[in-house]
Amino acid sequence: MSSPIDFLLWVKGPAFDIALAVFVIGIVVRLLEIVLLGRKQDLAEPKGEEFGPGLRTIVTRTLPEAGSFKQSPFTVIGGYIWHIGFLICLLFFVPHIELLHSVLGIKWPGLSNHIVDAVAVVTMATLVAMLIDRITHSVKRFLSGPEDYLVWLAAFLPIMTGYLAYHRVLVPYPLVLGIHILSIEFLMVLFPFTKLMHTFTFPLARWYNGAMAGRRGVQS
Amino acid sequence: MSKATLERGLNALREEIDAPVAAFFSSCVNCGLCAEACLFYTETGDPRYTPINKLEPLRRIWEQEFTLWGRIKKALGLAQPVTDELLQEWEPLVYDACSLCGRCSMVCPVGNDIAYMIRKEREGFVASGNAPEGMKGASTRAIKVGSPMGVKFHAVQAQIRHIEADTGLEVPVDVEGADYLALLSSMEIMNFPEYIEALARIFKQAGVSWTLCSEAFEATNAGIQIGSSDIAAELVERVVKGAEKLKVKYVISPECGHAYTAIRWEGPNLIGRRYPFKVVHILELLDELRAAGRLKTQGMDEARLTFHDPCQIVRKGGVLEPPRNLLKQVASNFVEMSDHREMNWCCGGGGGVSANERADELRLKVFARKKSQLDELNVDKLVTACANCRLMLEDGLEEYRVELPVVGLTEMLAEHLVEDNE
Repeated sequence: MSSPIDFLLWVKGPAFDIALAVFVIGIVVRLLEIVLLGRKQDLAEPKGEEFGPGLRTIVTRTLPEAGSFKQSPFTVIGGYIWHIGFLICLLFFVPHIELLHSVLGIKWPGLSNHIVDAVAVVTMATLVAMLIDRITHSVKRFLSGPEDYLVWLAAFLPIMTGYLAYHRVLVPYPLVLGIHILSIEFLMVLFPFTKLMHTFTFPLARWYNGAMAGRRGVQS
Repeated sequence: MSKATLERGLNALREEIDAPVAAFFSSCVNCGLCAEACLFYTETGDPRYTPINKLEPLRRIWEQEFTLWGRIKKALGLAQPVTDELLQEWEPLVYDACSLCGRCSMVCPVGNDIAYMIRKEREGFVASGNAPEGMKGASTRAIKVGSPMGVKFHAVQAQIRHIEADTGLEVPVDVEGADYLALLSSMEIMNFPEYIEALARIFKQAGVSWTLCSEAFEATNAGIQIGSSDIAAELVERVVKGAEKLKVKYVISPECGHAYTAIRWEGPNLIGRRYPFKVVHILELLDELRAAGRLKTQGMDEARLTFHDPCQIVRKGGVLEPPRNLLKQVASNFVEMSDHREMNWCCGGGGGVSANERADELRLKVFARKKSQLDELNVDKLVTACANCRLMLEDGLEEYRVELPVVGLTEMLAEHLVEDNE
């Protein structure tokens, strides 16, 4: 890897292929590990349905329970801001859309660079604030281990390096773009091995919760 | 109970891991929101009482043995094993500081049913010998004597004689072919026999064919609370045998929260077969009688009163409307607590906490949550539908020096009964 261009080519080529393979195979394995465990048939006479209430819980848990919101508004609002901000940067930045178009063959309208730029700043600021909260809040600090901080870093780096690349802060550009792509690959590789997996397992968890409560006649 | 060892405990934990458990652990991001839903945390501020933290032993088994990455880490010696020391350290968190109320399961943003997992985790604690003495005693008495409080049927007979002498009504026992078999909780037999009298009076008026069973009168299930499926199954089997012998169509779960969970929801799964009868909670039956015009009451209680939702009957049992429908028939000034129905706060003594003397101090401390809910309302009466809740509420109110009568809903309805003897 003699030059920034070589580095960029490696990151976009073999490194990306490896990361993608780990990401896809890893997630499939993790999901299979869960669903193949199954659950015992429930012999108690049901009071309500499972399927419908399960689906409803998948949707309703997107909004916080009133008491939780009152007690922990920062956790709830911060969570919304950075998740939505991350998705906007990922899916509505025009160069990202062009890249995805070249790979997947589908495209959609993007947002202006100024808006995405502002969203990136807000997202980074929120992530930093949430990190400080994790370190200072008694419950979160108590629960947190190295993995929690590692996944924070994995979520933060793509936004930060993308921001640096867009503003041409570091030179040469191929180097900073390469670092940005590498940070995405870091995130992808970590996915199946960490709690980043919740991105794919939360619908399952919510469904089981809603289904088991629904069977007892309660909407959870 | 057979000899408890760490190995048996670990095996029990392994057996409890299913797809929901794996989905739940995979989804937790340590956001900490469950803490604010748990009265053991809100009233103490102790982060160890965060619901998801109480599951650390079960979580380790899942990660190390049910995920590929966890197995690799374990093989490389990077995993923290589940040891006797860990289970000992966690035992008070799992038994003293969790009433299985399930409130945390209602708020988790990724949808984790934490109470479902604590119930499962307790199986591993019992099998490894790490359960509180008070609950072990209750379980042993339930198996050997027939009741966790050591109540035998002659104690029930003594109460029946009193009731029959006082009211002139008959309390049927061992009547084959009756429609309904009524179960009781030890606490009703010993502390609140008014419940039995209320049943006799209401069923007389409504023309319900019912009976008690001398071999299966106890509805409570210490096995469910301590987390021993073997014990729980044996206790359920007694009821099923009694009901089958008397050929009843229905079994009535009494005003007791976990009894309903035991006989209604866990029972068929514990014994591995469906029942030849239906299980109804007493409030469900009374509400059916009300709707059919068979529960005739007169007069209204004008006191400002509220209803404490027993967790296992309401949030975990789905008996949401019957207590409201019934209360409205006899109370003109019924007000709801700030958090009610499926978001109600526990009395603090569910899930076996009340049978665990070691937890008394903590239980009374966290009762502050219920007290503050009651303070907001300024009520003159508190109604509930669980003998255990009722005892815990009375105990808590006494501790906080609050003068507030606590009554059972069934008994309250009986007081307003029209006795027309037609």
